[in-house]
Amino acid sequence: MAESICRNLRDGALEGEHAPALSIKDSIATPFGSDVFNYVLTKLSSNILAGKSQSKISILDCYTDPLGWKDSLKGPLDTENFSLKDPIEAVLFRHVRNLDLLLSAIIEMGEALARQGKGRFSVSIDSVTEMLRHASLSSVANLLSKVRSHASRLKIAINGVICKLDIKKVYDQNRISSTFWLLHSDLHEIRAIAALEYLSSMVGSLEPMNLSLNGQRGDLEKLSLLEQNSRKGKFHVRFKRRNGRVRVMCEDFHIKQSGINFTPVSSEEGIINQGLLPKVQFNLQLSEKERIDRAKVVLPFEHQGNGEPMHIYDGRRSLSEGKDEKASVLSENLQTNENSGKGEIIYFRDSDDEMPDSDEDPDDDLDI
Amino acid sequence: MDHHRSSTLLDEALALDWTQPRVIVIEDCVETNGAFVLHHVLKRSLALHTSSTSAVIFLAFSQPFSHYDRILRKLGCNLVTPKDNKRFVFFNLLTLECPDGDEGKTSGGLPSLYREIQKVIIALHEENRKSITIMIDDISLMEVAANGSTNHVLDFLHYCHTLTLEFGCLLVTVNHGDIYSSMERPALLLQMEYLADILIKAEPLSTGLATDVHGQLTVLNKGICEGQGNSRNRTHNFHFKVKENSVECFYPGTRT
Repeated sequence: MAESICRNLRDGALEGEHAPALSIKDSIATPFGSDVFNYVLTKLSSNILAGKSQSKISILDCYTDPLGWKDSLKGPLDTENFSLKDPIEAVLFRHVRNLDLLLSAIIEMGEALARQGKGRFSVSIDSVTEMLRHASLSSVANLLSKVRSHASRLKIAINGVICKLDIKKVYDQNRISSTFWLLHSDLHEIRAIAALEYLSSMVGSLEPMNLSLNGQRGDLEKLSLLEQNSRKGKFHVRFKRRNGRVRVMCEDFHIKQSGINFTPVSSEEGIINQGLLPKVQFNLQLSEKERIDRAKVVLPFEHQGNGEPMHIYDGRRSLSEGKDEKASVLSENLQTNENSGKGEIIYFRDSDDEMPDSDEDPDDDLDI
Repeated sequence: MDHHRSSTLLDEALALDWTQPRVIVIEDCVETNGAFVLHHVLKRSLALHTSSTSAVIFLAFSQPFSHYDRILRKLGCNLVTPKDNKRFVFFNLLTLECPDGDEGKTSGGLPSLYREIQKVIIALHEENRKSITIMIDDISLMEVAANGSTNHVLDFLHYCHTLTLEFGCLLVTVNHGDIYSSMERPALLLQMEYLADILIKAEPLSTGLATDVHGQLTVLNKGICEGQGNSRNRTHNFHFKVKENSVECFYPGTRT
């Protein structure tokens, strides 16, 4: 499924259409958005990094000095996530608050690269959360939608502020034309996230494997949940098709030293169900035998006490039958009266469907 | 001997390593004060076996130098000598006040503080002091000094982060979790948790107050490579008791 995302981005847009855009959302419970971002970026640039195509990576560096606080521009660029086999040029950008300037820098970079080749770029932004810290939602949304509409010609990767990767432009002869960005969902208001989701054609959100329920859990349980969530999680992707249909897919992911691995969903409902029951020292569940035995128990008022089978009241019985019954009942009563003077409860069930201890109030069908 | 053995649990969890740039975030609350972790890291930073190459830059928003001096002395570490040798650079920022409307400017308040720190680090590097630790105590008071501008504080932290990558430093910050408990989305707290390579939370015990145990520490260490390369994060949880001259850390139930 992660493969299909990359394929979607790689295929690009048809003529006259907006470029496909992917939003990667994570949260503090599963802060692995950067891993997914790197995965997508690696897949898209695999040809470039392998040196197979005449492509280039251009970086618009908004990390080193976004606000112009530094006196002198020292220090190497940190590109630890990517090997520098190919020519990578980097341009420092010191005015992240000015989004118009940022957009024109992107377009300028893109056109420079376009002039060198066939003019197809893809843009990746790491991360939009940082952009939203420096500028308003409307201006960021404006920039993104302009990038998308331009992106039939351009593909530029913008690496924003916090991450070690910087803005890249990826140019590939395979005519990629797409854009993708990363954001942290718990750092923004819902309307901001909704606006960005609206701008994207694919939304990938990371969720923890186990949703921890606070309160009833002991410390050790919380710890083991934390440990589990720190390595694995679920990746949900929502695709918006051109015809308006929405497709939702889900995969599990696992963080390894070499990167992130996606696997199809394993059925872990058993674990979830176990997780919902509080852990106490006695067994709250019934075994099969216990369940059968429970079903066999006859409730005290359900048997006649004298071995006779239960009568189920059928409202359509004719009078004669009713009389016969009455007679037999009377005779029974006489007998019992003669015998022991014991009381007797005669209970006719309304129907066999009525379960004992039913929650239904028999007065419910009265209309008053 | 005893205190040496017990604080190694904390050292194991932290796995302090000055060869890699790292960000440590300490989160505590009113019921459980996490300052002892800061003091512990400070002591370890100054007592490195390669002590001639280590240095600490301390940004104090909450207490004056005498306070830390007194506490570290009890832990067996002298602060005055390193301060004189310029191995311990102390910035007293209790009275720092950023001018209003500081956000857009590159002068005054936090930007100039940043440039000062950058100058100090460059000077330390020239003297071959390469294992540098930057400590900030604490972020919530920095926010007060910045007139409540969370964005400004986050910009400053971002620039400190660029320093850690550029010069390979360790950045240690302290914040208080319960200050933001009324906010639905505490941006500063969450941003710091995203930034952290090592997140240390000091919380009270779920069972309440106790005389023998002062609280529990949860250490989440991201980016630790385990043997088979299977898991990337390591979580530790243990109880602690703060004593006069040391901190005792132990797994729940192991204390006799």
